[in-house]
Amino acid sequence: MEISENRIKKNISIKELDKIVVRFSGDSGDGMQLTGMQFTDTAAWFGNDLSTFPDFPSEIRAPIGTVAGVSGFQINFGSTEIYTPGDKYDVLVAMNAAALKVDLPRLKKGGVILANTQGFDHKNLSLAKYPEGSNPLEGSITDNYVVHKVDITKLTKECLSDLGLGVKEIERSKNMFVLGLLFWMFDKPLDYTLNFIKEKFGKKPDIANANTKALQAGWNYGESTEIFVTQYKVAPAKLPPGIYRNITGNHATAIGLIAASEKSGLPLFLGSYPITPATDILQELSKYKANGVKTFQAEDEIAGICSAIGASYAGNLAVTTTSGPGMALKTEALGLATMLEQPLVVIDVQRGGPSTGLPTKTEQADLLMAMHGRHGEAPVIVLAASSPSDCFETVFEACKLSLEHMTPVIFLSDGYIANGSEPWKFPAASDIKDIPVTFLDKPNGEDGALLPYKRNEDLVRPWIKPGTKGLIHRIGGLEKQDGTGAVCYEPANHEKMVRLRAEKVKKIADSLPLAQPESGSTNAKLLVLGWGSTYGAIKTAVKELLAEGYDVAHVHLRHINPFPKNLGELLHGFDKVLIPEMNCGQLLQLIRAKYLVPAIGFSKVQGMPFTTVEIKEKILETLKPL
Amino acid sequence: METIATDETMRLTPKDFAPEADVKWCPGCGDYSILKQVQTIFPDLGVPKENFVFISGIGCSSRFTYYMDTYGMHSIHGRAAAIASGVKAANPELSVWVISGDGDSLSIGGNHFIHLMRKNFDINYLMFNNQIYSLTKGQYSPLSEKGKITKTSPYGSIEEPFNSIELALSAKASFVARTLDRDPKHMQGILKRAHAHKGTSFVEVYQNCPVFNDGAFFSFSEKETKNEDAIRLEHGKPLVFGNNNEKGIRLDGLTPVIVNLQEQNISADDLWIHDEHDKTKAIFIARFFDTTFNNVAFPRPFGVIYSQERPVYEEILSAQIDHLTACKGKMSLDQILSGEKTWTIGGPEL
Repeated sequence: MEISENRIKKNISIKELDKIVVRFSGDSGDGMQLTGMQFTDTAAWFGNDLSTFPDFPSEIRAPIGTVAGVSGFQINFGSTEIYTPGDKYDVLVAMNAAALKVDLPRLKKGGVILANTQGFDHKNLSLAKYPEGSNPLEGSITDNYVVHKVDITKLTKECLSDLGLGVKEIERSKNMFVLGLLFWMFDKPLDYTLNFIKEKFGKKPDIANANTKALQAGWNYGESTEIFVTQYKVAPAKLPPGIYRNITGNHATAIGLIAASEKSGLPLFLGSYPITPATDILQELSKYKANGVKTFQAEDEIAGICSAIGASYAGNLAVTTTSGPGMALKTEALGLATMLEQPLVVIDVQRGGPSTGLPTKTEQADLLMAMHGRHGEAPVIVLAASSPSDCFETVFEACKLSLEHMTPVIFLSDGYIANGSEPWKFPAASDIKDIPVTFLDKPNGEDGALLPYKRNEDLVRPWIKPGTKGLIHRIGGLEKQDGTGAVCYEPANHEKMVRLRAEKVKKIADSLPLAQPESGSTNAKLLVLGWGSTYGAIKTAVKELLAEGYDVAHVHLRHINPFPKNLGELLHGFDKVLIPEMNCGQLLQLIRAKYLVPAIGFSKVQGMPFTTVEIKEKILETLKPL
Repeated sequence: METIATDETMRLTPKDFAPEADVKWCPGCGDYSILKQVQTIFPDLGVPKENFVFISGIGCSSRFTYYMDTYGMHSIHGRAAAIASGVKAANPELSVWVISGDGDSLSIGGNHFIHLMRKNFDINYLMFNNQIYSLTKGQYSPLSEKGKITKTSPYGSIEEPFNSIELALSAKASFVARTLDRDPKHMQGILKRAHAHKGTSFVEVYQNCPVFNDGAFFSFSEKETKNEDAIRLEHGKPLVFGNNNEKGIRLDGLTPVIVNLQEQNISADDLWIHDEHDKTKAIFIARFFDTTFNNVAFPRPFGVIYSQERPVYEEILSAQIDHLTACKGKMSLDQILSGEKTWTIGGPEL
């Protein structure tokens, strides 16, 4: 690379690290998400393992300079396996005073602060509500942290002054200066981002030029000034060999649906209404029209699921995507799909609730709603993804189970893994198994009778598409006679049908993999039982404690309804069972009620994922004899 | 587009559309007539029987689905339009019919109703209007007249009813018509027109509920009053009504005026000539429902009030898909899985 060749000799110490956490923090308009993502892509491309955590406010543009408007992007990258975005960060980029105020508490002692001094002028300090006359960049802060004060705004302006651009365009390029400086600090190449700029602003050469110049100026600033004396090197991770990409949970969910559509041979229909943090899935799938994907932006959440029920009835792989408030609105229609026994995949990307709650923050508090949130006896399959890339496999399995068992499936993701990303060794299309689907094409009863609710050995009824000759019949939300599906109010029939529908879902456990520890042994002193996005924090905590010699284990559930068949037996093999959840103990209730295990709950309901340290401390506390 | 049945030996009769199930509406219910007229016209529509799909919501009207020997789904309250949209989007070959009532359509299903009109799927939407909630045994509906005494309005309803035709027009319906249970011939004609129209066809059917709102529409159907209280619209024909067709309607600027052809010596050619494609005039006609012009009440219009085809949702959707598939090409699953940026981590060193 050109810049490296022109390297100016100077006295730089190089620190080799196995992992490092960086937090980009600034105003919502400062481009921190883009900066973070570019840094992520470069680190991934370089071969680091990583995990990211975009953390932004629900206001699109909260008042500039206030703490309400702070948008953060955190990345943990390393030469070792990385399962979480990191509890605390080593480096904090603070574009303004508000960003420092919000994010300083989670900067490691001795960590590096890169502060944009123009963001700490009198106006910004007062917007961030620092006491009059005080500047957090001065005084005792320098005792505890390494503070780099750089006038990023001014430096960006200077390097772009001869381009004839407006003030706004120049200001907007300052995130590229920061990125260039960070690339220098971590000895990362600029190529990936240079290429990105070329592609993104291909039609606007002025802007492309400005971004390129700012990026290079940032790098040069690190290289040539005397301020920075340390470069950090994080070697590529020893990940299993293969081809990788970076992926967010929502993106993985979208392509998981496309894969299921291809592998089942069914057209994909998504009926959905935009809602944070699930909207990305609708947006992503809207791009795949050339592949025949039909996305229907419905007038509301109810129309989202109802249009999907209609499409399922007509023979499509039908999906609806939403988050908690939308889930609440869909419950009646979900009952209909359960009653009809039609395939339907309902994706709930959970967020903080109840009500509007914390729209951009994460939570796992919809579990009991997924399990029980319908009137009447209406069991459905419930699956939960544990990481961004796991969304692919889990949603694929959700489609498969739904199609194979003619039943709605709820797929639970959450804001943390939906927006977070990690490297993914994606499968080859040929390695993904087909999902065989058959539609009934001739009468299935004796003497040519049609029995739309006749069941196979798995208690699954046939799927019959309107338009099929000779199989005309009606279905509906009224209770049906076993077999014929005709409206039937007989008391004994209702009970029979209720039990059949429940048994059908329960039987699915026969084909599910048994639960087994991710790490630790099956008779450890303490088991940490998790589900969903707590995976990374639990995995890291348990691995570290195992390395320290503690007798602990980790089991993580994807299948919540039905549970794996051996779960009860497995749980009884541990002295203690600890269940960390980002809710007030919902899996805890299910486990205690079903298996009569005195499991111990560990709750966090702050819109923030667990840190590894929190889990470790809780495990150690729980291990202590009374 | 529905597929045309070509096999002459497959000639259907109205009986072919009557399933074995007993029809369980109250004796004298207007729904029987609607069922009969639908079964009567269906054999002649040229659609293979298995391609008809009925989607209904909840209410007396919505039991209709069980009484047609076609494919059908009796769904949940207010949502038939949304479900039907999904059916039609997934399989445009099907002839999709929504059956709904005034409460199902315009109270609980109001949102889906307006959006279906706007989106313009090629769906036929029959709204059975009896101006009352019948399945729940007699509460006022969003179309009940102000002052209506019902079980939930014992001192009279204090609500203004919707003007359903005006609402459908405002929601951009491409076909809006009204007919009534007691005029089978008229209804058959309107149903055929609805089917022939490409786009969402909204048909309001005045339907008598003999138990909870008996006679609500009799003035439009009974001999003594119907010629004075109702007006039949026909495209290209003047707006004439009255016992001896002696009355006509003219537009005086922006004000409709009722004239007497004989007394005022006006020729029928000088009257308002009904033009189904004129939306502005359609809105005037819609307003005969609840507006007096110069303190004169106007007769209730029946017939096709508005009809103007425009591209239908499922065809635009399919065309967009076809276009993109042709010019961008289908991405292979491997391309989709890998995305645009990948990197390789090498195998073990040799």
